[in-house]
Amino acid sequence: MSAIEAKKLVKEFDDLRAVDEVSFTVNEGEIFGFLGPNGAGKTTTTRMITGVLKPDAGTATIEGIDVVQNPTRAKELIGIAPEEANAYLDLTARGNMNLAGEIYGVPGKKLRKKVNGLLDTFGLLGRADSKVKGFSKGMKQRLILAMALINDPGILFLDEPTAGLDVESQRLIKDRIRTLNRKGKTIFLTTHNIEEADRLCDRVAVINNGKIAAIDSPEKLKATIQSTQSVLVSFNKMNFDRARLEELTSVEEIEKEGDKLRLYGSHPENIIEEIVDFARKESVKLVSLNTTGPSLEETFTHLTKT
Amino acid sequence: MYSTSSLRKSLSIAKKDLRIYYGKGPVVIFGILLPFFFFFSFLIGRELPPLSLIAGLGGMAIWFTATSISPVIAPMETRTRTLERLVSMPLTVFEMLFGDILASMTMGITLSGIPIAIIAFILNLNLVDPLPFLLGLIFGSFCFSSIGILLSALPTDTPSDVMMLALLVKFPVVFVSGVFMPPDKLPGWAIIISDFSPLTYFVNLVRVSFGGSGQAWLNLGILVLFSTFFFLTAISLHTRTLPKRL
Repeated sequence: MSAIEAKKLVKEFDDLRAVDEVSFTVNEGEIFGFLGPNGAGKTTTTRMITGVLKPDAGTATIEGIDVVQNPTRAKELIGIAPEEANAYLDLTARGNMNLAGEIYGVPGKKLRKKVNGLLDTFGLLGRADSKVKGFSKGMKQRLILAMALINDPGILFLDEPTAGLDVESQRLIKDRIRTLNRKGKTIFLTTHNIEEADRLCDRVAVINNGKIAAIDSPEKLKATIQSTQSVLVSFNKMNFDRARLEELTSVEEIEKEGDKLRLYGSHPENIIEEIVDFARKESVKLVSLNTTGPSLEETFTHLTKT
Repeated sequence: MYSTSSLRKSLSIAKKDLRIYYGKGPVVIFGILLPFFFFFSFLIGRELPPLSLIAGLGGMAIWFTATSISPVIAPMETRTRTLERLVSMPLTVFEMLFGDILASMTMGITLSGIPIAIIAFILNLNLVDPLPFLLGLIFGSFCFSSIGILLSALPTDTPSDVMMLALLVKFPVVFVSGVFMPPDKLPGWAIIISDFSPLTYFVNLVRVSFGGSGQAWLNLGILVLFSTFFFLTAISLHTRTLPKRL
């Protein structure tokens, strides 16, 4: 049985079809990335899968339970960390955790233990009795994640969990995501951060204009756009005329990246041969030379350019 | 179905509301200060019979206090985006709104029960019908809290929008409900309107409970009907407008 299954989900707002027959499945224990530009339909889809919003058509199930027919039961199986840090600012971290625990029906004694354990895991135990209004964005985000885990859910929905955070908080949250996944939790990660998705996700779905543009592993998705393979090269001196590089027959496009040049073309092996000849003729030495496929970012741009 | 687990969830929501919203500006101004000064401006320089005084005070206190916290919760939760967190948890609209109403009722019963007891003591009035009075306090605060919740179904994230709407409803209702003078002394058109105001029946109930003439249980029954109507309408409207507030 799939952890999450969406079948032909549709949502319309006035004349706009925000989500158009979106279907996908998320397997037990995988980290599934959900990518898309702003307004593509990511949040609406996620809200429908999590039972927050009713779809106009289609179905969504969590562990086989229909979220429209039985939203309360479905919601008991998941934990959600929405994009905005929306804990109650006038309550303490412990107060927010207790509220979430009580709503999920975690019994009193177990709840106290669970709250302390989670606040400790996310580095907030020392501030457990401070009001959230004095917390930094990173602390609020960690609290939201801790609240999402209060019922020990098998499936976690994380919406932009590292957006706008400092490097330390980002690293802590990514480490926790990996740890949670190792412990068997299924993670549905909505993100704008392509690199994050590339590093964390087993599979990603790209949504554009309310429709799924592609679903696959990051590596397989990158392989779908072979035309953007490239060679990254650096020379010991850059005193030659760059126009001469552009004359190389295998090179379609050149981009400067810091002290390196990225040469695009569909046959990187031919580019390498030409670059070696070029270096010899220009009396410059090759410092480094790497062939690279398209990044997930390039794939994403390619898939969402329409 | 509403179960004990549902009640526990509603109580958690009520506890949260009381902790967060009790000290908020609009609640203090419209729930405590305004009825306090309103009552004194009505009292000073007038010779009122004790029964009219206690019924007027009781009616005004419960009306303003029970409708002070309930309209504020939904727009504030929309603005701070805590509403999305709540609806993403295993919590029904019924459980959530009933929790909000319980918080509002706590405020209504406390802040109207205490002044009624003080005035009764000062004026040496005896509570001759305590059971319908206590039930009236409970259903009155439930009914008026539901009206506040109903007004907050407006899909906005600005508390002042709802407060403005609430004031438009709150003041006219006070004037036609026998708070300042018995309904039979109102002009003809106002008597008709007063029949449709739940506050009229609460004010009557207080008057009867302290020895005035009338039927306590009939007034209580009508209050229960109004409570059911406003609560169910509030749930229906909130269910409809909730997606617009996310």
